[in-house]
Amino acid sequence: MIRLLFALLALTLTVPATAQDMLPPAPYAYRQLPDSAQEAKAQALMETLRCLKCQSQSIADSDAPMAGDMRHQVRTRIAAGEEPEHIRQWLIERYGDYVSYTPQVKPITWPLFAAPLVFLALAALLLRGRFRRRAETPVEGSGE
Amino acid sequence: MTTDPRDLVKKKPGLALWLPLALFGAFFVLVIWGLVRPADREVASAFIGKPLPEFNLPPATEARPGLATATFRAGKPRLLNVFASWCVPCAVESPQLAALAAQGIEIDGVAIRDRKEDLDRFLATNGNPFKRIGKDDLSQVQLAIGSSGVPETFVVDGKGVIRYQHIGDIRPEDVPLILGKLAEAAQ
Repeated sequence: MIRLLFALLALTLTVPATAQDMLPPAPYAYRQLPDSAQEAKAQALMETLRCLKCQSQSIADSDAPMAGDMRHQVRTRIAAGEEPEHIRQWLIERYGDYVSYTPQVKPITWPLFAAPLVFLALAALLLRGRFRRRAETPVEGSGE
Repeated sequence: MTTDPRDLVKKKPGLALWLPLALFGAFFVLVIWGLVRPADREVASAFIGKPLPEFNLPPATEARPGLATATFRAGKPRLLNVFASWCVPCAVESPQLAALAAQGIEIDGVAIRDRKEDLDRFLATNGNPFKRIGKDDLSQVQLAIGSSGVPETFVVDGKGVIRYQHIGDIRPEDVPLILGKLAEAAQ
């Protein structure tokens, strides 16, 4: 009994080593939405939003209180009928493109989307030259 | 007529031979640059130059009233300090906030995820430079103004437009800068 008391005391008296708040997580930080379709939408969005405290994680991955508050905000807004992309834009307006893991089509990002097409076209051009040469000289390397 | 890469090799073996090494060199320099360059992990608010969003926070402590957007439209620039009692640098910047308050600057606080008893203890220890302190338990106002941590201090002009964001604690050497931004916002 005494031991149990001491154990409890030790648990309650420990001072947190890191600066962290003592409030319980936001209501929808760890609770899913009752509507599974809405929860799926929220989950998909949360996986593509950056946690601002732990910047290589998404808010879906992070246990930082701020990420919990962001999840709460995403879930309550989706439950209220807001579109995921609207929420993403709301955050981008405040934190810049950095908050979104999904690249947005903008003047500065067009090479991201154009590069695959350019490479495909380049490959097609190169291959065309090769195939043509092969057709002209059926026996590879016979001239050397 | 397309050129075969093998023809290139035949004509200029020297250049083609060095290409992979040059590419590797460029890649190496890029990686070293990324390693050596000091990491910048601050996320600046994209909301500077925009009006404060509408909010109306209840008081975080009995000592001060709550905080609403209307306060920032009174015609005089104010500081909006996003802080918390559990945040160590927030205690570090308190002498600087006190100095600013002593010069007649009006400072309002938004307490992030804070308990009343912790906040009261924090204010008793570090002083209370705030005119108002709003309670933001879900970080809603913090998210709405593009703040990504504590402490952060926003200069808001007399019309309620965010003019400047200071990320991290205000050090003694930052005080003139903050005063300058407040004077700019007053014009």
